[in-house]
Amino acid sequence: MTLNGSAARSVPLRAPAAEATAWERVRRARDAARPRASDYLAESFTDFIELHGDRAYRDDPAIRAGVARLAGRPVVVVAQERGRDHDDQVRRSFGMAFPEGYRKAERLMRLAEHFGLPVVTLVDTPGAHPGLGAEERGQAGAIARTLACMATLRVPTVAVVIGQGGSGGALALALTDRVLMLEHAFYGVISPEGCASILWRSSARAPEAAAALRLTAPELRAQGIVDEVIPEPRCGIARAPAEAAARVRRALDRTLRSLERLDAAELLARRAARYTALGAFAVVDAGGEEAP
Amino acid sequence: MRATIIRGRCHSWQRRHALGRFARGHASCCLHPAVVPFAQRGARSSDATVDVAPEFAPASGTERTCPACLAVHDAAVLRAALLVCPACGHHLRLTARERLALLVDAGSFVEWDAGVGSTDPLGFVDEIPYPARLGLARAKTGERDAVVSGAARLHGRPLAIATFDFGFMGGSMGSAAGERLCRLFGRARGRRLPVVVVTASGGARMQEGTLALVQMAKATVAIERFRRERLPYVAVLADPTTGGVSASVAMLGDVILAEPGAQIGFAGPRVIEQTIRAPLPAGFQRAERLLERGLVDDVVPRAALRDRLAALLAALGGGEPGR
Repeated sequence: MTLNGSAARSVPLRAPAAEATAWERVRRARDAARPRASDYLAESFTDFIELHGDRAYRDDPAIRAGVARLAGRPVVVVAQERGRDHDDQVRRSFGMAFPEGYRKAERLMRLAEHFGLPVVTLVDTPGAHPGLGAEERGQAGAIARTLACMATLRVPTVAVVIGQGGSGGALALALTDRVLMLEHAFYGVISPEGCASILWRSSARAPEAAAALRLTAPELRAQGIVDEVIPEPRCGIARAPAEAAARVRRALDRTLRSLERLDAAELLARRAARYTALGAFAVVDAGGEEAP
Repeated sequence: MRATIIRGRCHSWQRRHALGRFARGHASCCLHPAVVPFAQRGARSSDATVDVAPEFAPASGTERTCPACLAVHDAAVLRAALLVCPACGHHLRLTARERLALLVDAGSFVEWDAGVGSTDPLGFVDEIPYPARLGLARAKTGERDAVVSGAARLHGRPLAIATFDFGFMGGSMGSAAGERLCRLFGRARGRRLPVVVVTASGGARMQEGTLALVQMAKATVAIERFRRERLPYVAVLADPTTGGVSASVAMLGDVILAEPGAQIGFAGPRVIEQTIRAPLPAGFQRAERLLERGLVDDVVPRAALRDRLAALLAALGGGEPGR
C-alpha cells in the first residue's frame, strides 16, 4: 500500500488508545496520512476493474466503483475517495459526491443484483457535495433513490466506514445488511464543526460537539448502528496500512460468508428488521389508535 | 404612531429581521441580493427608505402579517384564504393540524401512534438539555413530536396521511418521527391504503445524533416495503423541505408535488453560500425552479391541492371509495 507522503506533515496524534477522545478520533479519521478508499481497493481486494459514469451526465471521481474480488469471490465495490494530494482532492471534490456519483453507485448496485454479486461499500466522505450544481441536478433525490435501491437489493450488502462518515452523504452508501467501522472512523448526523456553530455559534467548540454527538465507532456499536468495530493497528493506521487493509479484508470475508448463506427473501426481511429496530423512543398512552 | 418594529424575512436564509435593516441596505443576514427587494415588495421601489404606514402597525390578536410582503390581514380572512396571502400569494407555513384540516374530509382524521415520543438517547445538552427542549416544543405546538400521522378520508376515499410540523424543532426527524412514519407505511400496507406525506423539515434532528440520521434509512425501508404492494405514495413538499427528510421521505414519492415558493433542497442555503462564496441566484431551491429542473412532478397552489391529491389517488388506485 502506498503512503501518500504527507505523514510527516500531519498533525501529531497520540498513539491509538482505547480512551481516545471523540475529537482525537475525528482528527485521526481526517488525517491526510490515513489510508483512503483507493488503498483498500488495491490491498483488501484483488483484480479491481473500475467502471465509470452514471450513463446520464458524467463520471463523478468522488466515488470509485467497479467489480473486484474479495478473498476470491467476485463482488461489486462502491467507494468514496477523498483524494491523494491537493490536485487529486480537488478533482475528487474531497470525497463529496455529486448526484451523478450517487447515480453511478445505484447503477453498479443494480448491476451487482443483476449478476447475483454481493455489494461492498467503503464510506469516507465529509458529506454530499453542497453546491449549486449538486442541488440543481437533484442531490436530495439522488441520495434518496440510492437509499431506496439499497433497501431493496436482493444480494448481500456490507458497508465499511473507513474514515469520515459525514451525514446523509455517508448514509447513502450505508443502508446495508451489516455496517462495519474502523476503530477511529466516525459517523455522524452533522460535522462537529457544524454542530458547534449551530449550538454555540463557534466552530472552535467542535471537540465538545464531537463528544456530545456520540459519533465514535464504539458508541455507534452500542447504539446498534454499527455491527462490528474493526481494530486499527496499535502503531497507528498510517504506519501499517497493509495490516489495516488485511483486517478489513478478513472482516468483510467473514461477514459476507455469514450473509451468503441467506436467500434473498431472508436478506430483505432481516435488513428491514435491522433498520426498523433503530431508534430511541417511548410510547405513552395518548389516546387515539395504537393497535395495528 | 407607536414605536414599532416591522420585521421582514430574508429570502435566502429565511431569517427574520427588523425591516429598518433592509431599508438601510444593511443586509445583515447573508448579502443576498433578493433581501432588499423582497422585504420591500409592495413598496414602490427598492430605494433606500420604506414608508412605515400606520396600517402596517403590528398585528395584534386577530391580525396576521404576511412574512413575505408584510401586508396585514384579518386572521379570519387569511384563514379563509387557506393561509395564502391575498396580497402577494405567499403560502404561509401551516402547522401539522392546519395541514390536515386543509387536506382531509372534516372529522375523518383518526390519529395513529399519538403517544410515540423521542427519548434522550445521547444525554444531549445544547443550551438546555434535550428533554427540556422537547418539553418547550411540546408546549409550543401541542404535539408530541414533529410528525402527526393517522388515517383519514379524502373525497370519501380512505388514505393514510402524515404531516410535518415545522414549528416543532424545525420539523426535524428523530426517532419518534421515524417510528411514526415507519408505522404509517406499515399499517397502510396492511390495510391497503394509499399514503400522502406532507413534509416541512430542516432535516435530521441533531440532538439525537447518528440515530436521527439512520431514521432516513428506517423510513426508506418502510416506504420501499410499502411500494412493493403497488400502493401509491404521494409526497407533498411544503416550505421548507431540506436535509435528511428531503433526501429520503420527500423524494421517494411515486408522485412528488410541491407548494408554490417552497424551499426544497438537500444542503441549507447558508452552507452552499459558504461553499461557493457567493450569493445564491434568485429562485434557487424554490419549488418552481425544481419543477423547471425536472425534480418534482408539479407545483400546486394550496387551494387546488386537495382536489389534485384526490384525483391522483383515484387514478393510481388504492383505498376503495366509500368503504
